[in-house]
Amino acid sequence: MLRADAVVAGWDKPATSPVDFSLQAGEIVGLTGPNGVGKSTLLAAFAGRARVFSGHLDLRPGLRLALQTQEVPPVDGLPLSGRELLALTAASPDGLPPWLAERLDIRLDRLSGGQRHYLALWAVLHAPADLVLLDEPTNNLDAAGVRHLTAHLHERAREGCGIVVVSHDAAFVAAACDRCVVLETRDDQ
Amino acid sequence: MISDLFLIPFLTGLGLAVLLPLLGCYLRLRDEWLAALAYSHVAAAGALLALVGGLPPALGGIAAAGLAGTGKRLFAARLAGGAAYALLLLGGWAVSVLMAANQPMAERLGHALFDGQLYFSGSDQLWLVALGVPAALLVLRGLSAHLLLAHTYPDFFRIRGLRAWPTQIGFDLLAALALAVATMSLGVMGAFALVFIPPWLAFRRAGNWRSGLLWSLAIGITAYLGAFALALWLDQPFGPILAILLVALGLIVA
Repeated sequence: MLRADAVVAGWDKPATSPVDFSLQAGEIVGLTGPNGVGKSTLLAAFAGRARVFSGHLDLRPGLRLALQTQEVPPVDGLPLSGRELLALTAASPDGLPPWLAERLDIRLDRLSGGQRHYLALWAVLHAPADLVLLDEPTNNLDAAGVRHLTAHLHERAREGCGIVVVSHDAAFVAAACDRCVVLETRDDQ
Repeated sequence: MISDLFLIPFLTGLGLAVLLPLLGCYLRLRDEWLAALAYSHVAAAGALLALVGGLPPALGGIAAAGLAGTGKRLFAARLAGGAAYALLLLGGWAVSVLMAANQPMAERLGHALFDGQLYFSGSDQLWLVALGVPAALLVLRGLSAHLLLAHTYPDFFRIRGLRAWPTQIGFDLLAALALAVATMSLGVMGAFALVFIPPWLAFRRAGNWRSGLLWSLAIGITAYLGAFALALWLDQPFGPILAILLVALGLIVA
């Protein structure tokens, strides 16, 4: 569903080294590498947000994408409940861990940072999509959250969804991903 | 006779007291509450210009606010951070004051627009509200999910192929037109008070978005009913009485 041949991505200027990448339906692929190597930028290029400076990027036509960025939804001061957040992306609450399912009707700005992050992540992960792009999904999650996320990534993949995960958490990538692509630093960096 | 005399202004204001607090929730969501004040001032300026030009003031106010609402989007990139609203507010205020100072017939209308003389509303304004408010509520209902999604997940919104401009321009235009109609009846500050304070209070207390809308609606209508009766009883302009009631309510709750 996604193929990148020697893709160099960036915003104003090239920010990644040439990357070869492919993803099949039902596959989970990790993107790792040192800080500043352009993992999030490459993910943004897959989503059509960042620019592709050279190489070829092909996405299957008609692909429904879902993208989770590291930015937290700005909900401070808004009376928006978790259930309403999930409804916005048409994500089902089925399968949420009990510690979150019982808090679905509470305002998001009254949840802990970890609870809010996981709900915001769930809303993207379980939105109707063929390709899910996740950027550092384990940020703010405790060990139970990471275990639950790992299990649900596999479940989502079994449903036929392709998943790309950017993460600096090596243990999580090893447990969650079918394979891993390591980005290398650009020569001019 | 007396009841007939006040029925038209009462119903006109009631329709607006339903729409403005709900509209205010979405302006607050987008952190654009200053827009209410900007559109009201532009509408007032447009109404005064129309009056001097021999056109119906309501038409001038609605046209000016509508132009401001759609035109603002063209300059959005260069006027970020609420600058567009500040410029519209200042421009609208300046034109209004200059018109009122130099044109005798504009002076009277100018006072009415800034004082908020709801009791002078006529059947033409009631018709406008009767037709416009249900239509605006339907549009707002249609835009609601996209407005919330664009705010919480702007990237998700974009990559799902949802076009931002119909939502943005649609909402800007809706807000501008609603504020223009409201300014003609409730006055600049009366309209602003109904847009700003009910959502501000509701957002502090409500447990979810739906209850936030309902709280905002309830606060707006209650304040409107109280202000209508009080202004009539004390023989005072409606706008300041509504604003004082809402400010007092806000301070008590805060």
